Amino acid sequence: METAIHVLAVLGLPLLLRGVINKTKAAFAGRVGPPLLQPFYDVIRLVQKDSVISQTTGWVFRAGPVVSLATALLASLLLPFGRETAPVSFSGDVLLFVYLLALGRFFLAIASLDTGSAFEGMGVTRELTFSALAEPALFFGFLVMASLSRSLNLSEMLGESFGAQWQTGGASLVLVLVSWFIVLLAENSRIPFDDPNTHLELTMIHEVIVLDHSGPALAMILYGAAVKLLLFCAMIVQLLSPIDSGYVLVDAAVFVVETLVLAAIIGVIESTMARLRMPDVPRLLVTACVLSAFGIILLPR
Amino acid sequence: MNLLIAAIAMIAVSGLPGALMNRRRSSGQFLAAMISTAGSICGLLAVGQWLAVGGQSDLRIAWSLVPGADFHVGLDGLSAAFLLPIFVIPALGSIYGLGYWRQSEHADNGRKLRLFYGLCAAGMAVLVVARNSVVFLFGWEVMALSAFVLVATEDDQPSVAEAGWVYLVATHAATLTLFGLFAALAALLGAFDLPADGGKLSPAAANAAFLLALVGFGFKAGIMPLHVWLPGAHANAPSHVSALMSGVLIKMGVYGLLRVFSFLPDPPLWWGGLLLALGVVSGVIGLAFAAAQRDFKRLLAYSSIENIGIISIATGLALLGRTTHRADWVVLGVGGAVWHVWNHALFKSLLFFCAGSVLHATETRDINQLGGLAKRTPLTAFCFLLGAVAVCGLPPLNGFVSEFLIYVGLFGTLGIPDGAGPSLPGAALAAPGLAFIGALAVACYATAFAGIFLGAPRSSRVEHAHEANWAMLVPMLLLVGCCVFVGLAPGVIAPALDPAIAAWTSAAPDGAALAAELKPLTEQVPLGWLSALGLALVALAAFGGAALAARLRPRFTSSSVTWGCGYLAPSARMQYTSTSFSEILTGLFRWALRPQIRRPRIDELFPHSASFETAVPDSVLESVVRPALRSLGQRILWFRVFQQGNVRVYLFYLFAALLLLLIWPY
Repeated sequence: METAIHVLAVLGLPLLLRGVINKTKAAFAGRVGPPLLQPFYDVIRLVQKDSVISQTTGWVFRAGPVVSLATALLASLLLPFGRETAPVSFSGDVLLFVYLLALGRFFLAIASLDTGSAFEGMGVTRELTFSALAEPALFFGFLVMASLSRSLNLSEMLGESFGAQWQTGGASLVLVLVSWFIVLLAENSRIPFDDPNTHLELTMIHEVIVLDHSGPALAMILYGAAVKLLLFCAMIVQLLSPIDSGYVLVDAAVFVVETLVLAAIIGVIESTMARLRMPDVPRLLVTACVLSAFGIILLPR
Repeated sequence: MNLLIAAIAMIAVSGLPGALMNRRRSSGQFLAAMISTAGSICGLLAVGQWLAVGGQSDLRIAWSLVPGADFHVGLDGLSAAFLLPIFVIPALGSIYGLGYWRQSEHADNGRKLRLFYGLCAAGMAVLVVARNSVVFLFGWEVMALSAFVLVATEDDQPSVAEAGWVYLVATHAATLTLFGLFAALAALLGAFDLPADGGKLSPAAANAAFLLALVGFGFKAGIMPLHVWLPGAHANAPSHVSALMSGVLIKMGVYGLLRVFSFLPDPPLWWGGLLLALGVVSGVIGLAFAAAQRDFKRLLAYSSIENIGIISIATGLALLGRTTHRADWVVLGVGGAVWHVWNHALFKSLLFFCAGSVLHATETRDINQLGGLAKRTPLTAFCFLLGAVAVCGLPPLNGFVSEFLIYVGLFGTLGIPDGAGPSLPGAALAAPGLAFIGALAVACYATAFAGIFLGAPRSSRVEHAHEANWAMLVPMLLLVGCCVFVGLAPGVIAPALDPAIAAWTSAAPDGAALAAELKPLTEQVPLGWLSALGLALVALAAFGGAALAARLRPRFTSSSVTWGCGYLAPSARMQYTSTSFSEILTGLFRWALRPQIRRPRIDELFPHSASFETAVPDSVLESVVRPALRSLGQRILWFRVFQQGNVRVYLFYLFAALLLLLIWPY
């Protein structure tokens, strides 16, 4: 039952989150905006389309989308949604979670570089460097969670008995929350790190990486990126959500509502903020690291 | 034991018959590879038999050359663990050499190279099984000096000669420190035994021994800032020599560290802490240097420094475990260190073999002249890609498994699992450091792989490139197989580590209590889950790949040039180069790398042609070591009085020294 709900959430929620973000942005701009389900239509349309493939590329170009989607899907099985245990859960799964996402990043990067385009080279360099800076922030946060829950298991770190952890380590958790939110924005290429809407290649990070992919391959990338967005949103929601009703369906519904609210918040941020200048991005990421490192210092002994 | 000694002897003499043969004929080369491989198989059988059923593990021959020092060799878990890469990599290297360093093409130095290749491997095997410090130093010097000859194989080239000199100075500094260490231990303990009885050492003596070992062995391992010899030597040696050095030789430094630390009494907290800090610094700065290199062999060399950093983090964790009496940290620390030694031997040798075939195919080490090589050398590209995934510590390959152990241990210092004993939260800060190292490795290797193998060719060298021959490809594919197997079935490998952990722990003066608490590695980490999810990942990717391939059949695709914002004639010169890939990272680490950038000044309306140059030399070597040595050289010029260059004078020195030593006791 729990596993079925988890799989349904991984299948349905990611693209819905994108829809909510776009709808929020449209509302702020005074537009009606695309339908909430537009990302689904996009993916379905792309799957049906034929592809244009650059002559420079080889099999690496085709392997990138596959591996990035496969790693995101596999990682989604490790993260608990709501107060339930994740479908796959063992001590140390947190490390596999992070490294699976890194494997996806690696393959997407080389797939993009296979085209030999300077634009994509720029995007890859930025994405890999910024992700490298975000990684310690993520891990400082995991240290705090591991220390509070006395466990290396994502389901125990982020899943069960959460109220007690807010009572003992509230100050640390606030810092981790802020730091992880910054990481969410950076890893998913949202404003202020990257502008998912711009079509000026020089300013983009993630979007420029997938510039040459088309058709089903692009659909895989879009869906994989959406799953990654869901994963980071779920981490934040798990950190915050106090509700544990004890009923599986109620908890699942609460989780869905919470992630959608978080997506709306991301939409608000995108509508009200401007992109950072490229040289300022590392500073914000280092700030995120420092914040979550302070979280460790503030831990109760 | 006898089989093992026979194996070492075979490897030692493997190059000898060839050295006496005709320099134009390749039969000596085949003979060397065959003897070396046969010796290695014997050695692996001996070690495997010892690990499986035990047996005689000690051999002592009375030898009165040095008082108190018999010829004493033996096997324990730690020796056996380090013997495995010594028997695997040199044999594969000598097979690889058949295709890479053909006697017919390298008539001048091929025989010399093979003679010392075998000697170097045998020296390492001897030092690993040595049970007293005199035998150990004998093996150490055979290894270190043969490696000098190997590095300087092409000593007619100035850069090679230079790298050889730097290596020679560094290795002598290391050996001098080790002479001091072992002489002091022998003087204090009254015996040359190698896992010495350290219980008699005072805390001050133990601290001194710790520092001497850290410097002496740290030089060989390449811990920052003692790494100065490493990039030049690895880059300028023939590639199968680089594979031997990076995969196995620098690990002898790690072996020395583990061996000496094992018997020092009561490690204080700062030993482990210092190793953690040095490990994180070596890892992060090593990768920053690696990312900034244009020469792909230098890049791999700096990445070896990074991996030594990871191993030193694990060693620090093990020491902290002994300090705080946490058996699980010892298991994960020693287990992680030794396993990472194995894994690094596998994937770094693989990467150097791949680098060798790229060099063989294109005759350049400059990434900025390569690109698009995957189309010409698909198998080499595939091997390099898997090696890169493994070296980044990404699942499902072997690098992830050893890093997983180290992470679990580091998180354990927070006091996980609950109630297992004292916690040490400061040590856990190395975990984000390790994460940063991992993410930097992804950035470094993704761009390096792409720079060499993907995109469009950046120079005509690529157009004439050819795939490596089978003598080179077979060792590479075997190593790929090992990496995949270890990554997907870690549970099969893990039991082989338990003897090493037990040997390390019980060598300590107070180790019996801790050794009784050791649990097998398989009980401490969920290796079964790692293989299950690794297989799931492979299956999922295969399924997705098949689905995508079905949708990308020629019927559904058309091809075009790469999208260039509407510009339809992109040329290879417009691609990002390795220098541009690393620009952001080099900028972030400017304070450590000190890149030399020469920009043209443009101050007129119609500027003439100008050039732009960047270079990232090793900042420790160029701005610390060289100036220091130069000024030292200036100050001790007077010493030249004794350097007459006359054999008779040197004979007189020898005689005088002997006389002095004879008179000394009275």
